Amino acid sequence: MGLTLQTCATVAEARSALKTAGSRYMGGGTLVVRAANEGDLTFSTVVRAVDPALSGVEVRDGRARIGASVTMSAILAHPELQVLAPAARAVGGPAVRNMATVGGNLFAHAPYGDFAAALLALDAVVSTEEGELPLDAFFERRDRLEGTAIVTSVAFTLPSPESFRFLKVSRVHPKGAAVLTIAADLREEAGVIASARIALGAMAAHPVRARAAEAALAGRPRTREGVADALAVALEGTDPPTDAIASAWYRREVLPVHLGRLLLS
Amino acid sequence: MAKIAVQFTLNGSERAEFVESGSTLLSVLRDKMGDTSPKAGCRQGSCGACSVIVDGELTLACLTLAETSNGKDVRTAAGLSSGDVLHPLQRAFEEEFAAQCGFCTPGMIMAATVLLERNPNPSREDVIEAISGNICRCTGYEPIIRAVLAAARSNSVAA
Ligand SMILES: Cc1cc2nc3c(=O)[nH]c(=O)nc-3n(C[C@H](O)[C@H](O)[C@H](O)COP(=O)(O)OP(=O)(O)OC[C@H]3O[C@@H](n4cnc5c(N)ncnc54)[C@H](O)[C@@H]3O)c2cc1C
Ligand code: FES
Ligand code: FES
Repeated sequence: MGLTLQTCATVAEARSALKTAGSRYMGGGTLVVRAANEGDLTFSTVVRAVDPALSGVEVRDGRARIGASVTMSAILAHPELQVLAPAARAVGGPAVRNMATVGGNLFAHAPYGDFAAALLALDAVVSTEEGELPLDAFFERRDRLEGTAIVTSVAFTLPSPESFRFLKVSRVHPKGAAVLTIAADLREEAGVIASARIALGAMAAHPVRARAAEAALAGRPRTREGVADALAVALEGTDPPTDAIASAWYRREVLPVHLGRLLLS
Repeated sequence: MAKIAVQFTLNGSERAEFVESGSTLLSVLRDKMGDTSPKAGCRQGSCGACSVIVDGELTLACLTLAETSNGKDVRTAAGLSSGDVLHPLQRAFEEEFAAQCGFCTPGMIMAATVLLERNPNPSREDVIEAISGNICRCTGYEPIIRAVLAAARSNSVAA
């Protein structure tokens, strides 16, 4: 195969290694090694950083910071991250979850990126060596950042288990790539929705916020009538792919149905 | 092509080889070390036929660069039996007709091994979750689920 693996002790070292043409950063490698196996010749060196800081999880005063190399299995095993367990469990089967990292999930293209959708609904902030970036801004620039920047961690305020909702729709159970994924953080006060953040996975190349639907929910009760306006605008800002899992048409047809179920459940 | 050294414990024995850089653990196990129990199904992470256990974790050998296993403990389905005596999971797979063509079997058994090591009394749902990354084209999964549950019962009787 002729692939060279370069193992770096620090992120800074890995970053300079990436400046060499034909190099690709590797987190868990589920997508990178798969691409190599499939004959992807756009890279001949994979660079990984074994800096322990990338594998740390820190939870303090209701805020969590998860290192980019933390795996989905590590999130499932972490007692303070259980609210995110449904999103971590949505990624592949057990062996994929042992390898799949949070950093890699941010770069995964649709229909992948289930965990990234959950992070988007939590308004997470992405850290790179250069500084911090809100996740939605990160996604806007993702194509340019891939291959140059190294994500070191993501940070967000932990939602309460009552406010956070996650749904992955797939054809193969319990594991299968997403027809679509919805993550929502809904805060209710005095019988109405005070604020809502909704992120959609597999409805564009990267997870996107359903901002029109979010706005239409504010101040409404969580009833069939209360959410109707939000469902009517749920597709705004989406550009779903057609792939082996579902057509763009099908994804558009079923999104409002699943969003309605998630909001009313 | 540059050669690199890989060295790890395979089913309890120290093994070392010089391999082409970038070789996957799957190709090193099968082509260099002669352990063909992990199967090359898809090389995409999708089928689970190449599943092995690295430092106690279920691992897809096809997506693992062999060098990253240096110094680790690698177990494969070939290491389960002791001589002619089959492992309880192997026996259960035989008795429940859980292997037809057998291509998925080593991977299924590795996934089930990790499950039973962590959870000796799994529910049916636990078994389904544990083998959810492994594809079987023959059995329809039911005999496999039955075999894993039977192995768990026979282990708890033996203990
Ligand atoms: C069989 C199978 C099933 C899958 N199922 C799902 C699923 O259900 N849901 C899902 O969301 N995904 C799924 N995936 C995709 C993938 O496993 C996950 O998205 C995973 O989180 C990717 O992480 P990784 O560490 O393996 O990425 P890698 O393969 O290591 O990297 C992927 C990309 O991200 C870049 N990258 C990785 N880490 C960083 C970093 N810290 N900084 C900068 N760039 C980085 C790499 O350069 C590469 O371009 C599946 C994959 C397989 C093989
Ligand atoms: S060969 Fe590794 S998962 Fe299919
Ligand atoms: S027995 Fe043939 S694939 Fe499972």
